[in-house]
Amino acid sequence: MITIRIPTPLRSMTGGKSEIEGKGASIGELIEQMNADHPGLKDRLCDEQGEIRRFINVYLNEEDIRFLTGKDTPVKDGDEVSIVPAIAGGAHD
Amino acid sequence: MEFTESELERYSRQIILKEVGGRGQYALKRARALVVGAGGLGSPIAMYLGAAGVGTIGLIDGDAVDLSNLQRQVLHTTPHVGMPKVESGRQLLEALNPDVRVTTYQEPLDAGNIMTLLPDYDLVLDGSDNFGTRFLVNDACFFARKTLISGSIFRFEGQLATIKPHEGHPCYRCLYPEPPPAGLVPNCQEAGVLGVLAGTIGVLQANEAIKEILKTGETLANHLLIYDALDMTFRKVRRPKDPRCPLCGTAPTITALEEHHVSCRL
Ligand SMILES: [Zn+2]
Repeated sequence: MITIRIPTPLRSMTGGKSEIEGKGASIGELIEQMNADHPGLKDRLCDEQGEIRRFINVYLNEEDIRFLTGKDTPVKDGDEVSIVPAIAGGAHD
Repeated sequence: MEFTESELERYSRQIILKEVGGRGQYALKRARALVVGAGGLGSPIAMYLGAAGVGTIGLIDGDAVDLSNLQRQVLHTTPHVGMPKVESGRQLLEALNPDVRVTTYQEPLDAGNIMTLLPDYDLVLDGSDNFGTRFLVNDACFFARKTLISGSIFRFEGQLATIKPHEGHPCYRCLYPEPPPAGLVPNCQEAGVLGVLAGTIGVLQANEAIKEILKTGETLANHLLIYDALDMTFRKVRRPKDPRCPLCGTAPTITALEEHHVSCRL
């Protein structure tokens, strides 16, 4: 099992859960499976071309997958995947 | 370096730290920090930098104090509702520490004024509330070669990074190449935020700034810190420099300041 950390803005898609479990051999497979469990999640993460949006980062453990092999980055049991979108609040939020 | 009797007494608890000492206190006194936004993050940033003896603090914000701000913007008090935030902030900081020189700019930060402000400061602390300002501050600090301490909050979550591309470290666009399109940004007014969260992240920004000034400790120049106040977790992830970064990469496409108009509203 792979643990996936869901950021606050996407928790409405996971019934409020901050962590879900997933299966798959790569980040891409993990996203497909997450979307099967939580329909619509992929649209929030990926653009029309299926690429991860440029204001959302996905980390495999401590590493940004953009600097690994993107969605092809292999994952294994025990890994932690974090989804971390840019947030902007400060003065008023 | 000369200190008055009252300065020595005021800062005695930190001067005795070997990482600070008289030399560090003098560095703080000479330091000039620009705080972008006198709100949720800007409040603890300005108060802790002022209390620590940072000699010059610039405050830029175009808004006035509103009653709904006081739940988290501790730089302002109930009698100051309606007053420009920068003036309210100046009054509190001067009461807190008369040694600090407070410079105020009662206007929103934009592409038209930022490059004229930056030469007067050594480092910038971003506590702005929107992506447009956040990317503008990053780009301007890159062009002006100023260290930027970036903090942001959303509901129960906070992010923090020290941005120093001029010293070979990644910029904010290495982390997030571009702001989200307007339709994908949650409504700021409805987003809500825990007041304490602004305090936590703002205080950590002040801590990063003080370490930059003292040139001590490990900074977040190559990491992003992610704080979840509900789960009570702090996570540090690596933040590499992106050779394809549109700003600080090897073939940059951004060569001048541009305004991003990213609306808060859906
Ligand atoms: Zn960059």
